[in-house]
Amino acid sequence: MQREPILKVENLKMYFPIRRGFFGGAIGDVKAVDDVSFFIEKGKTFGLVGESGCGKTTTGKCVLRIYEPTGGLVFYKGLDITKMSKAQIRPFRRDIQLIFQDPYGSLDPRQSIYSILKEAITSDKRHRSSQEVTNRVNELLEAVELDVSMSDRYPHEMSGGQRQRLGIARALSCDPELIVCDEPVSALDVSIQAEIINLLKNLQQKRGLTYLFIAHDLAVVKHIADTIAVMYLGRIVEMMDAHEIYEKPMHPYTRALLSAVPITDYYVEKQRTRIILEGEVPSPLNAPSGCSFHPRCRYATEECKVTMPHLDDVGGGHKVSCYNLDKVTDGNG
Amino acid sequence: MEKKKLLEVKNLKTSFFTASGEVKAVDGISYYLNEQEIIAIVGESGCGKSVSQMSIIQLIQSPPGKILGGQVLFGGRNLLDFTPKSHEMRNIRGASIAMIFQEPMTSLNPVLTIGQQLTEVIMTHTKCSKKEAWEIGVESLEAVGIPDAEERMHNYPFQLSGGMCQRAMTATAIACRSKIIIADEPTTALDVTTQAQVMELLLSLVEKYKTSVIIVTHNLGLVTRYADRVYVMYAGKFVESGTTEDILMHSKHPYTLGLLDCVPKLDSKKEHDLMPIHGAPPRLDELPPGCAFALRCPYVYGKCWEEYPTLRQVGENEHCAACHLDVAVNKQ
Repeated sequence: MQREPILKVENLKMYFPIRRGFFGGAIGDVKAVDDVSFFIEKGKTFGLVGESGCGKTTTGKCVLRIYEPTGGLVFYKGLDITKMSKAQIRPFRRDIQLIFQDPYGSLDPRQSIYSILKEAITSDKRHRSSQEVTNRVNELLEAVELDVSMSDRYPHEMSGGQRQRLGIARALSCDPELIVCDEPVSALDVSIQAEIINLLKNLQQKRGLTYLFIAHDLAVVKHIADTIAVMYLGRIVEMMDAHEIYEKPMHPYTRALLSAVPITDYYVEKQRTRIILEGEVPSPLNAPSGCSFHPRCRYATEECKVTMPHLDDVGGGHKVSCYNLDKVTDGNG
Repeated sequence: MEKKKLLEVKNLKTSFFTASGEVKAVDGISYYLNEQEIIAIVGESGCGKSVSQMSIIQLIQSPPGKILGGQVLFGGRNLLDFTPKSHEMRNIRGASIAMIFQEPMTSLNPVLTIGQQLTEVIMTHTKCSKKEAWEIGVESLEAVGIPDAEERMHNYPFQLSGGMCQRAMTATAIACRSKIIIADEPTTALDVTTQAQVMELLLSLVEKYKTSVIIVTHNLGLVTRYADRVYVMYAGKFVESGTTEDILMHSKHPYTLGLLDCVPKLDSKKEHDLMPIHGAPPRLDELPPGCAFALRCPYVYGKCWEEYPTLRQVGENEHCAACHLDVAVNKQ
């Protein structure tokens, strides 16, 4: 590995204390993110997948320092941003931006498109003439393929896809290097989804952007990401190159997740074996001992119930955390 | 193998009369549902797929909505002969034809327990005492795979997860021995693994209770795995219909082809570019005289702008498409 990764997360932990009673003493922790490590190289996309409640959004928020992580380090261009004071981190805020899931809820309904973008552009409090601001707004609208004449419209006059484009334009307004995309397409229709994904890919190529792409849709993540990490109950259980996820999934959870996603090729679909997971994701309040997946895992052994397996490299950067890999890969499921 | 038709909809038309004019949400659609069959109605949001199903059980708010014509034949009767509030319609709605809605959390009453809501439905549709209704409720919760059913009956919807709520909704359908379950985007708000669980449940009901299911969805993946036949809907009309195999592997209509090209594929080996369908669906209150898809269609030619293509047979097994062109030939 030659290049210095733009973002490096080491042993990130985010525990939310549970408070009960009159004095609000902490009686336990919700381990939303527990010992997560990964890195992203510049210009690449890192996909984070998992079911709701697995901690993928919390990880994103820790990277943005919206949350103060309980433990672990987040390096942005080699600098640890977890220990920085508010004033110190401010310049980095422009470099790391966020695209939200809900294009309806994340735009102020009382601000025009121009005003929404202007606010973001002038957030650094540098002086700009109104002509400069207008030029910049137009430039941003063009970048996300929105019509420049739309700038005096309001969010309610836009379709879902247009709003998401506006959300992207807003994120681009400070020329960021890293964008955390939190489920950016899951609220959209399939055809619009495709447009937004293509747009994100084009912008990445043109501007050399780096994405931390959080989504629950495996097919979308596989399409856009270079590396994929699968999360379960606050931990990464498998991490691999994007093209390997369909060809060589190893962790039983990844396999189950994959088999739950139907494929649109009728003939292939009819021949696939389906693994239907029993039960639901356990509450992170009382996460199971040992490997957190063991109550739903059909390969679980006594060992799994006691200790958490390490995320080990099994070759070519493919990392899996499972004790029974030979059994899993032998069985056809 | 000849199957019995359970439900037949003929030329159904539903419009909404708004300040800006008539919105033709459903514009003359015909389809049928066999016994023990799963059919899917696919389309983008706003294409009228939900309204087409609400019309069957007359859940259209009037005004502004109105069912303008057509027939819904079920059990030898035309359901549109009854008024929405008639005794007959109420007996059918929720009992013979049950509906599962998109957002399980919001379609259950938050201030009543699951048990109260279940027994209410059961007592309305079957002549039984409260105690019997409670027992049937527990049984049907067990049938949909909810553990500790007895205890769950005392829970409020917020105490259950999304998947559990969706199961509870399905339980009401089982409790009344519904012949048809209409599932309107049953899995959209759920996680993939829960999605699979809910869909497998519906599939098992078809086998166990001989129910038929209509899935309304925009997710082509669900269709591939679970549906027997598919109707593709665009701007209030069906543009293609046929068996799942024909629709997915031998699609004839440019819209269906477009839908298939724009979803990211999990199984593709090479990197492929997604091909979005350009533009947006037309507004339903100002539909063009010709084909509604003409504006977005890559194969459009003169005739498309003037004349609406009727649904015509294009292949075996009742494979129909509404297009002037034989796209499959032109695609090469």
